[in-house]
Amino acid sequence: MKSCLVVDDSKVIRKVARHILETLNFSVQEAGDGREALTRCEEHMPDVVLLDWNMPVMGGMEFLRTLRQRSFESQPKVVFCTTENDAAHIRAAIDAGADEYVMKPFDRETLESKLQIVGVA
Amino acid sequence: MEVSAASTRVLSSMLEQRTGQQLAMSRQWRIETVLQSLVRARGLGSLDRLVHAVAAGGDPALADAVIDALLNNETSFYRDRNSFELLLGPAMARLEQARTRERRISIWSAGCSTGQEAYSIAMWFAERKARWVGWTIDILATDVSRTAVDQARSGLYSQFEVQRGLPVTQMIRWFEESPGANWRILPELRRAVRFEVHSLMNPAPSPARFDVILCRNVLLYFSDQVRRIVFARLAEAAAPDAVLMLGAGETVIGQTPAFVSDPDCRGLYIRRPDALPAYRAAS
Ligand SMILES: C[S@@+](CC[C@H](N)C(=O)[O-])C[C@H]1O[C@@H](n2cnc3c(N)ncnc32)[C@H](O)[C@@H]1O
Ligand SMILES: [Mg+2]
Repeated sequence: MKSCLVVDDSKVIRKVARHILETLNFSVQEAGDGREALTRCEEHMPDVVLLDWNMPVMGGMEFLRTLRQRSFESQPKVVFCTTENDAAHIRAAIDAGADEYVMKPFDRETLESKLQIVGVA
Repeated sequence: MEVSAASTRVLSSMLEQRTGQQLAMSRQWRIETVLQSLVRARGLGSLDRLVHAVAAGGDPALADAVIDALLNNETSFYRDRNSFELLLGPAMARLEQARTRERRISIWSAGCSTGQEAYSIAMWFAERKARWVGWTIDILATDVSRTAVDQARSGLYSQFEVQRGLPVTQMIRWFEESPGANWRILPELRRAVRFEVHSLMNPAPSPARFDVILCRNVLLYFSDQVRRIVFARLAEAAAPDAVLMLGAGETVIGQTPAFVSDPDCRGLYIRRPDALPAYRAAS
């Protein structure tokens, strides 16, 4: 079973994502901001991180840059999942080390398709 | 909004006559849903009145709209990734060898819906310009649904459509943002594909010597008889060593003698030249 860490400050989004991911047979962990997500990664590195952009305490970009700089044994795939839906944001995310990008709102097919593209589904 | 059994019969026979598609049981309940907006737009009040207006035959545009609404045109970019990897990997390398003299490859996406399948292939070639320099890559994409072909030609996709199956790096490279959360494919790719309205019930379009034919998730709802005819048409339109790509879960086995499993690329099919006269003799 693959694991996914859902990082989003919206409880509703986390719940929706969790539901979809569980039907896709993922074990799901949640974090409400980037700092909490880093702690989760230290405890248990997921196969993939679903990452919001705007969050209190630590946003998605800062989390991603920090994650990619750390010398963890393994690096997860990172799929941004955000309402920042313009080309400039998407390019910035890819440059910072994101593997895929989901523009909100999303549905099950979109998420599944992106997880397949990064090779975890 | 209820639809009577009589109306359902009228609609399904009209659909089959025009497109060969049988209305699957699983889709019958959808008639109501998909036609409701048409009923409203035309102020017809009920589905039965819509069916009546169509059956009367005075409004070809309305009939087209009804048929288009009944067709299932679900698709996505690189749908069934593994099949595309086979086609664009080993199958295309073999074709490249076989066509070094002509330096021309003709591809037909038959039942292309809104164009994602054809554009997936066009993108692949566009990303390998050096390899294909001096080659003519002709991509024809056809569908019986004018609505679908119009969208395909426009290259305009909603946020949902553009994300399905398409890696974000390719989206960023080949699409530009368009008002209303849409994304439009770049002119370079739009020019790389010819879109035409065409029914597989009719003879194949030219050049009628395709090296690659994709006919995916179209044959599903044909009757056995129509499917046999369509397979024969595809075979006639195929070069002797052409590759046929069907949808995941579709097969030629037990359906047609004209194509056999591709021994080098399991999951794809190739034309069997010797089977063609046999089919002709049998028909
Ligand atoms: C489910 S879509 C598949 C699209 C694409 N080939 C794919 O696999 O993703 C089937 C398409 O076949 C088209 N179709 C149905 N009957 C047809 C016919 N007789 N001739 C041409 N296209 C047809 C429909 O309009 C629809 O767009
Ligand atoms: Mg947020």
